[in-house]
Amino acid sequence: MSRTPLDTVEHAAATPDVELPWAELGLKKDEYERVVEILGRRPTGAELAMYSVMWSEHCSYKSSKVHLRQFGEKAPENDAMLVGIGENAGVVDVGQGYAVTFKVESHNHPSYVEPYQGAATGVGGIVRDIIAMGARPVAVVDPLRFGAADHPDTKRVLPGVVAGIGGYGNCLGLPNIGGEVVFDACYQGNPLVNAGAIGVMRHEDIHLAKASGAGNKVILYGARTGGDGIGGASILASETFDDAKPSKRPAVQVGDPFQEKLLIECTLEAFQEKLVVGIQDLGAAGLSCATSELASNGSGGMRVTLDDVPLRDSTLSPEEILMSESQERMCAVVEPEKVDRFLEICEKWDVIATVIGEVTDGDRLEIYWHGGKIVDVDPRTVAHEGPVYERPYARPDWQDALQADDANKLPRPETSEELRDQVLKLVSSPNQASKSWITSQYDHFVQGNTVLAQPEDSGMIRIDEETGLGVAIATDGNGRYAKLDPYHGAQLALAEAYRNVATTGAKPLAVSDCLNFGSPEDPAVMWQFAEAVRGLADGCQQLGTPVTGGNVSLYNQTGEAAIHPTPVVAVLGVIDDVARRTPVAFQEEGQLLYLLGDTREEFGGSAWSQVIHDHLGGLPPKVDLERERLLAEILIAGSRDGMIDSAHDLSDGGLIQAVVESALLGGKGARLIVPDGLDAFTFLFSESAGRAVVAVPRSEELRFTDMCGARGLPATRIGVVDGDTVDVQGEFTLTLSELREAHEGTIPALLA
Amino acid sequence: MTARIGVVTFPGSLDDRDTQRAIRLAGAEPVALWHKDKDLKQVDAVVLCGGFSYGDYLRAGAIARFSPVMEPLLEQAKAGLPVLGICNGFQILTEAHLLPGTMLRNDHLHFICRDQKLRVENAETAWTTDYTAGQEIHIPLKNNDGQYVADAYTLDQLEAEGRVAFRYLDFNPNGSQRDIAGVTNAAGNVVGLMPHPEHAVEPLIGTGRTDGLPFFTSILKKLVNA
Repeated sequence: MSRTPLDTVEHAAATPDVELPWAELGLKKDEYERVVEILGRRPTGAELAMYSVMWSEHCSYKSSKVHLRQFGEKAPENDAMLVGIGENAGVVDVGQGYAVTFKVESHNHPSYVEPYQGAATGVGGIVRDIIAMGARPVAVVDPLRFGAADHPDTKRVLPGVVAGIGGYGNCLGLPNIGGEVVFDACYQGNPLVNAGAIGVMRHEDIHLAKASGAGNKVILYGARTGGDGIGGASILASETFDDAKPSKRPAVQVGDPFQEKLLIECTLEAFQEKLVVGIQDLGAAGLSCATSELASNGSGGMRVTLDDVPLRDSTLSPEEILMSESQERMCAVVEPEKVDRFLEICEKWDVIATVIGEVTDGDRLEIYWHGGKIVDVDPRTVAHEGPVYERPYARPDWQDALQADDANKLPRPETSEELRDQVLKLVSSPNQASKSWITSQYDHFVQGNTVLAQPEDSGMIRIDEETGLGVAIATDGNGRYAKLDPYHGAQLALAEAYRNVATTGAKPLAVSDCLNFGSPEDPAVMWQFAEAVRGLADGCQQLGTPVTGGNVSLYNQTGEAAIHPTPVVAVLGVIDDVARRTPVAFQEEGQLLYLLGDTREEFGGSAWSQVIHDHLGGLPPKVDLERERLLAEILIAGSRDGMIDSAHDLSDGGLIQAVVESALLGGKGARLIVPDGLDAFTFLFSESAGRAVVAVPRSEELRFTDMCGARGLPATRIGVVDGDTVDVQGEFTLTLSELREAHEGTIPALLA
Repeated sequence: MTARIGVVTFPGSLDDRDTQRAIRLAGAEPVALWHKDKDLKQVDAVVLCGGFSYGDYLRAGAIARFSPVMEPLLEQAKAGLPVLGICNGFQILTEAHLLPGTMLRNDHLHFICRDQKLRVENAETAWTTDYTAGQEIHIPLKNNDGQYVADAYTLDQLEAEGRVAFRYLDFNPNGSQRDIAGVTNAAGNVVGLMPHPEHAVEPLIGTGRTDGLPFFTSILKKLVNA
């Protein structure tokens, strides 16, 4: 990639034999040959740079595309979908003229290399996706997974990631309302840092990434372009880590949240004045992505003068400028007569804005540098017509043995004392322990609309102060379940997020996902991926919640060891009046506790099997999506009609985990009675899906049980909110202070 | 009649809309002020809200203190204009020397967001008359640089003059000297604190308490009765 002589299109045509570093840029030989075939000549250095980043796994979804199609093919009929897969983020109608956009993305690889900046720029990227749809971002969520809690490297990665999310998100003024923190040795060396964001707009304000109208100007605004993050998408996110290679730190971007905050305000002001025809954020693949996507989604072509891009480092080559992933940049398409006003708004917010090109009436993307044409491509071949792989996949030969290793056969506690001891071990284990040491580093309150935030079952934001209209979001994933059975594991993640939204009183509407897997070049991993996608697509179809978009992160693998397949599912819900929301915390002594759903002996992949036996085997809990739907309807009706004062979904850790959390948050204990037909152990630790515990005021008991009876949902009275202990009749008693110490002490002791 | 209360937006201000909402809920009229404004649009009082003005670069509040709007604000505050600084606003007021002391990074070096218990020590400032002295309240706190420090002489003087307006109770979240959460100037018109009363004005939202609303009703009453 020498700079002299300039590798123009003309020069490339005249020098067909020049060797280009396609392999170093992450392209495979046949992919390079395809580029040559498309262009009818060798690419210029700049064209090669663009194709290499845009055809990377991260940007092109070349290994996952054939499977992801199911999300469209199996999409349920849903009037709420305003914008579907393919745009920066999906958009859902939530009523009263409001639309909500939301998405979850991964920033896994950079966060391992440089935890603070990796996580920070993950937040920055997802927030720009939301703004690019025309919405004001209103909240963020962060599903995180790390190696074993007591591994020394976790102490390097986790505090950096958490500080990075906080440092960036807090500075943007976005409340952090949800997410998860999970520890498992399989994520050692491959932590999963997923970041989600929600934005709100009026229907008429939806913006799309397309460049239309010949003569319209292309404006690059935000931070100057520097040498950071060059090849982040291709080199970092699309390869496995290998100890032998040099440090990848230069491929991690560095974030400046202050700049992003200005970018948000200035973009929203430009939207408000209707100055923007099309918009795209600069994330992975930087200008290569923004220009080729804008141009290929629009009606015309585009001409860009790269010399006009404001630089942080004047020595950057055109290839580097095209590949740079410098943060806090956006690209807008603006009609010529509105350019002055657009620039004025940018100036008001101290944001640098430069016209770098214009929309043409052709169909080519042409980029100039020092007077020479260095790119002349059909933008669709860069942005949308990348390679598609039918990667071979095969059920791994160890899957049968894993499933045969039945967790239900593990030794169970034999005495009440042992049972009590295991409860304490469970609620104090890193995965089940309180995460407040982490979440207290995030601002939950900013914007003054937070109705619920973690550790609630879902985060909830009010979006209209007059009517009380609100949205809820929950993210869930369970890599252990998915490892045992990727198809059902993905559905369990969906079911849990769906249930968590309903538990708080909101109606689940739509889904976004972040699919974290190992190397697609391993047929076993590819099988896990194919199964998980199939499970998720089938599940969404059955629940009537379409997938609106999402993200795939592959190559989460060091050497031979892939992470557990980890589909993380975000479900968005709507609630007509946030005053009706249902919290997790017990509210009032004397209220009756009801267990909704069926409890079976299901311990495969359970928290109990992990904490007590360090075991992973058997089958995950059974999935019954019709039951999930019924449970959700009951929870929503119960909340709306004032029959439920608190509710908590049952998932990892089972009933006892849920009751302990509700008790500690409410500062009120519970007396529990083991129902007929169940033994105490199964009652407390089973992870059967489709269940929740609700607290019902005595005055509402009859109405509530009648409703459950009429609808056919099993509701079993299991106790009462009472005192300052959690008491399981005939078994054991634990004081709240004992439980609090166990539940809240673990994470600070490991990480503070 | 009602009172017009200005809320300044600096680049990086975050809680400006929230503060305007709190003012509105208290019954006053919020007036948006821009950091480049050279006058205060005849407002009756001003709130400097929370956030990360100028990204907290250099030092929290250090750059915002030189914004054009600060010139008339300084002048009028000295003449008695009620000014409330919340979090970053408090930091700006100390940088501008309207209030004594300064804020260091939290002693534990982490950002902290929690529902914080406070004691109202001075219920006679322009912003606290709707509380009673000694009243215990819960107000959300969220900051990175909240450790209040001053030299011993200043601290003694503040205590002696009753100018420690709020103190952290049960838990000192950032290592502030003498548990100081907020202070007032001698005249009682300029008050600064790290916790965020504007986030505690509505049931259901945030922590679900309304312990912060009296800040805004206090000033409204003072201005309307004036």
